[in-house]
Amino acid sequence: MSKRSVLTTVLVLAAGAFFTPVYAQDLAGTANTEIAKWSIITAGFALAIAAGMAALAQGRAVASASEAIARNPGAAGDIRGSLLLGLVLIESLAIYVLLISLILFFLYPFGGNV
Amino acid sequence: MAAEGSPLHHSFWIVDGANAVFGPVVLAAGQAIGHEFENPSEPIPNYMVMIGLITLVITAVGLLIRSRLSVENPGKFQILLEDGVGAVRGLLEQWIGPTGARYMPLVATLGLFILMGNYMGLVPGLMAPTSSINVTLGCALTIWVYYHFQGIKAQGIGPYLKHFAAPPGAPILLAPIMLPIEIISHLSRVMSLSLRLFGNVFGEELVIAILFSIIPFLIPLPMMLLGIVTGGLQAFIFMLLSIIYLQGAVAVEHHHDEHGHDAPHGHEAPAAA
Repeated sequence: MSKRSVLTTVLVLAAGAFFTPVYAQDLAGTANTEIAKWSIITAGFALAIAAGMAALAQGRAVASASEAIARNPGAAGDIRGSLLLGLVLIESLAIYVLLISLILFFLYPFGGNV
Repeated sequence: MAAEGSPLHHSFWIVDGANAVFGPVVLAAGQAIGHEFENPSEPIPNYMVMIGLITLVITAVGLLIRSRLSVENPGKFQILLEDGVGAVRGLLEQWIGPTGARYMPLVATLGLFILMGNYMGLVPGLMAPTSSINVTLGCALTIWVYYHFQGIKAQGIGPYLKHFAAPPGAPILLAPIMLPIEIISHLSRVMSLSLRLFGNVFGEELVIAILFSIIPFLIPLPMMLLGIVTGGLQAFIFMLLSIIYLQGAVAVEHHHDEHGHDAPHGHEAPAAA
């Protein structure tokens, strides 16, 4: 995708973010609605970035483990153990982001007057 | 989050039954010591009832199998259990060395408890106790206190505390930097153990609950299959990390003895967070 179209898309999204207070005025616009909206957006983006980066990292782990097993099939048991441990440690970072996203998602939008 | 009145709250008849039978006793005992119950109509929380259920089932099955143990003619379940015990013992000896088998009771029990706890979430009428942060924090704190205690017992309190300042391989000059880093990393082990298990089980359960509220017919099945995979994996990983932390605490200091041979040791642990 060309650099110019990427830049245009980002600018349009950023402009939309700046102009949202205009649309919020027909709701019972208190500060809570604003925080609730931003909470949901943040939760979605945080989880998307975390899942993407965790997937990249896990892909690298699996790739190097497969290569190591191909080079040295006798050590397959040990390599598989290290691989499993590494995959779970990477995944737990994405799980931490999931927990924060859940907190963000439920605290202001559905938590009432927290 | 699953509080009374919220759409995610779900009352289980086994919890209501246990509270009907044991509730007044627990309420009276708790109020006698001044404990504040957050919901006096349900003094035994639902995860405690599930934990009691796990304990009863494991005890009953264990006693039943013990009465039928046989060396020449073992039944299928006995073979399965022996394989399981052998696998845990093999894991301990692979990571910690020949003395590893003495830590098997707590590690194997914790692994079995978490495995059964995760799978109880998939059974209708039961909930997974590990989907409550209280239970996972309890498991993590137990393992944390246990491995520090075993480390002090194996090495003596002086040498053990010195390892925080100067891990083997780091020169003594780095001690002022290593000490806070080591302390923070040990504290973060509690958080990471508990949050990893809690996040996996609770997140799985939340997704299944939401899918049930949207399309209850066939769509939750793939997520429940994923729940089976991650439940077993998380129990195994909790056990494996406990073994690695034990190895870090116990098997670190192996000096050469007077003949110049290294003491036997297990694998080098990766820098597990």
